[in-house]
Amino acid sequence: MNEIIDPRSVDRPNSYIGKSVPRPNAKKLVEGRGQFVDDIALPRMTHVAFVRSPHAHARILGIEGAEALKVPGVLRVFTGADLSQHCDPWVAVLAHLKGMKSAPQRPLPLDRATWVGEAVVAVVAETRAIAEDAVGKVDVAYEPLPAIVDMETALAPSTAVIHSDLGDNLCFQRVNESGKVEDAFAVAHKVVEATFHTGRHTGATLEPRSVLADYNRASGKLTVYHSTQAPHMMQGVFAKHLRIPEGDVRVICTDVGGSYGIKVHVYPDEVAVAAIARIMARPVKFIADRLESFASDIHARDHRIKARMAVDAAGRITAIDVDDLTGIGPYSVYPRTSAVEGNQVVNLIGGPYDFPNYRAKTTVVLQNKTPTCQYRAVGHPIATAVTEGLVDLAAEAVDLDPVEFRRRNLMQDGTYPRTSPAGMKFEGLSHIASLDKLLGMIDYPGLRAEQDRLRARGIHRGIGFASFIELTNPSPFMYGIGGARISAQDGCTVRIDPDGSVLAATGVTEQGQGTEAIIRQIVAEAVGVPIDQVRVITGDTLTTPYGGGTWACRGAGIGGEAALQSGLAVKEAALKVAGAMLQAQPDTLDLVNGEIVEKRGGQSRMPLAELARIVYFRGDTLPPDLPRELMQTRHFITKEYPFAFTNGVQACSLEVDVDTGLVKLLKIWCVEDCGRIINPLLVDEQVRGGIVQGIGGALYEHCIYSPEGQLMIGSMADYLVPMAAEMPDIEVGHVETPTKESLLGAKGAGEAGTAGAPAAVMNAINDALKPFGAKVFAQPFTPERILAALGKVPVTWPGNAGTAASR
Amino acid sequence: MSTDVNVTLTVNGERVSRRVEARCHLIDFLRLDLGLMGSHTGCEHGICGACTVRVDGAIVRGCLVLAASLDGAQVETIEGVSDSGEIRDLQDAFIARNACQCGYCTPGMLLTAADLLKSNPRPTREQIREHLAGNYCRCTGYHAIVDAVETVAVRRNGKAAP
Repeated sequence: MNEIIDPRSVDRPNSYIGKSVPRPNAKKLVEGRGQFVDDIALPRMTHVAFVRSPHAHARILGIEGAEALKVPGVLRVFTGADLSQHCDPWVAVLAHLKGMKSAPQRPLPLDRATWVGEAVVAVVAETRAIAEDAVGKVDVAYEPLPAIVDMETALAPSTAVIHSDLGDNLCFQRVNESGKVEDAFAVAHKVVEATFHTGRHTGATLEPRSVLADYNRASGKLTVYHSTQAPHMMQGVFAKHLRIPEGDVRVICTDVGGSYGIKVHVYPDEVAVAAIARIMARPVKFIADRLESFASDIHARDHRIKARMAVDAAGRITAIDVDDLTGIGPYSVYPRTSAVEGNQVVNLIGGPYDFPNYRAKTTVVLQNKTPTCQYRAVGHPIATAVTEGLVDLAAEAVDLDPVEFRRRNLMQDGTYPRTSPAGMKFEGLSHIASLDKLLGMIDYPGLRAEQDRLRARGIHRGIGFASFIELTNPSPFMYGIGGARISAQDGCTVRIDPDGSVLAATGVTEQGQGTEAIIRQIVAEAVGVPIDQVRVITGDTLTTPYGGGTWACRGAGIGGEAALQSGLAVKEAALKVAGAMLQAQPDTLDLVNGEIVEKRGGQSRMPLAELARIVYFRGDTLPPDLPRELMQTRHFITKEYPFAFTNGVQACSLEVDVDTGLVKLLKIWCVEDCGRIINPLLVDEQVRGGIVQGIGGALYEHCIYSPEGQLMIGSMADYLVPMAAEMPDIEVGHVETPTKESLLGAKGAGEAGTAGAPAAVMNAINDALKPFGAKVFAQPFTPERILAALGKVPVTWPGNAGTAASR
Repeated sequence: MSTDVNVTLTVNGERVSRRVEARCHLIDFLRLDLGLMGSHTGCEHGICGACTVRVDGAIVRGCLVLAASLDGAQVETIEGVSDSGEIRDLQDAFIARNACQCGYCTPGMLLTAADLLKSNPRPTREQIREHLAGNYCRCTGYHAIVDAVETVAVRRNGKAAP
């Protein structure tokens, strides 16, 4: 019964997989009739505002909340000590990341604030405005302590240790090595090297972090409306740390206004909200304001990478050697940990290329800044910028066109499965086919000719390329083996209702990607009903199968396969009933367009609604022992490969104003291979949105700190994000190499754009600046940095110098 | 502390009278006092455009306008223009083109797009991007939104053509 037809081979009824089907949940969103957490109001609801630390590092000497409590409408003031009686601390480490360490963290700190913006005191009031008024009346006495701000000196003997119990400020260190790196560099024809910086930035979800927790003292149940990507994980977290049985915690995520990895973490202030709800037995709402978002949403990608590449006389890469340093804030973030980004960097550098010798070290240090953790395309944009930056330097060193250099060095199609020098297992990639497809889209000779023509007129355009790989469909090798209660499997329940319509409940979640749309397509095709007959439930731990949620591009590949298998199982169950009713062998029947039909000839025998009516209301007319299981659940987990890697290549055309340092993006192209495409319309927009998010980090977004550890961005006027006027049109193409791990064959598509865009932009800028011998390697590539590289403004920070060496 | 102010205004064609705090912003008035949850709070600094609504026919930032200043005003929100059908073609185009992902920016984006097409029925892609440049969308990268607005402009012109 496990038959599924290649959606592109024939156009039969209900062949929805592979089609651009609009999203069923879009209509309510365009009418403003979605339901985000802040749209929910419960009886006797209260609101929280937090007193947040103005110091990067300070001892809390005392907290006086009496004046705050005098404000009319203020209900309670909670300190760390108050909440610690009701909530157990957590330590965010993973056992498989050897030697990793972090300190216990609580909803509110007991005696020390460790970053600017850390929640220190919670004020509960009848309205958020009143709570905010009262925050100003809480008196916290601080004794400032030395702030560890610069990650370069975090491990120096003279630097203070943030958590004395840990002994030093080292969170994690790992060297990933294969082959003979030093030998390769010793005999290299050319060696290129540069120091790259990726600027600390953040997700800036338009809907801020949002949580509404309600505890019923009589039933003992905690219900949390949460803007999260992983409701089942959060159910477990709330249960464990608030000492409530897991079954008594229900997490509901209604519409989520953007996540991108920001909303898959455990935030102390959100746990505080749940703890306060437990204590007060009233609904408690917390919606972060924008300043709180910038200071307390996870940051990411604060890396300095010294890297070099060896090439032989034939223009072949022989070795890559990398030293990565990253500062992650004062605590590793629970439960995914903040060492994974650095770990990904050393796993992914060099990923698209065929070369023998590799060494990459990551050093993950603690510091007094906002904690960092996984954000869209975790580690990929960093690894890709380093790899592709080195590739362009190497191509220049051996006097090869960057495209030709890539063609010589990329892993060749048809040579899979294989393992990369970094130890990543690739089932099947398509670098060469993707490059060929990209070159068919961009008119490369034309762009080069135009570049030459315009240079003569003082207009400086650049073309940049970036090949990339992307890690999707993670197995328990990502988190589960390290001890984290993060599900790599996912499930789907499919039920036929009495009217013949179909209900699908899935453990993967929707934050705008179109999860509900693809589950609906898959289930409609698998069962054999018109797509408008399928409804989808996501984001409720009480009503959906246990699953991991949506992150690391697992929704389509993992959740989609579970949906396919459960849909096929329901179809099989329905045909079994139909066979009994129609006196036919079930395998001579089919379910098409909501009708039971003869498989041969297609003659209609009975509407599915009629079958369902009899099963549910006149079961007495069926053979007594006949199974009538019109609801089936299937789960899926990957088996052979720890991850399903995807690949692709991007190209960027831009213009640099060498007088102002401003970059004007002209066009971006991307070819990506996410395996089986379930919905081209959704995949293309994942790629485009991802690219623009990558551009944000490359050109604009930066969480800037003063030397004292003050966060220097306070609003969206300080923290620039890509807006419509600066963004280019983006052309997307595809190659499809389905994974054989599943019947569906889908891999992830949500992070490819972000993975490649910063590298493509960087290489295009450096291509534009070639006549000046100037280069930039420190993101974001601001006008100041470009002008510094051009020698037009002073170099105020070494990273701005943009030095690269070649020998 | 704030002083309360009495206001009577028209919201989506219905007259409402409320006593509001002088410091209450229009977006909070709409969401908290009237329960109109379609307009969203994004940045509270007038930058992101998620709270865009219409006051007396012009789009404004709900987070920069005080409710107390709106006595006698005509306010329209995404709920109102959805019910009237005024921007149905834009909404349909956003759905068809997948120009709305998480949906948080979408109501503000739609009202801004409608505002553009009212003043400039035949905008270029650059003009569309320029007009929407005050509305932050983190999901789409804007390309699909520009496509959707362009499609509606072409269709409206097609219908209007003699």
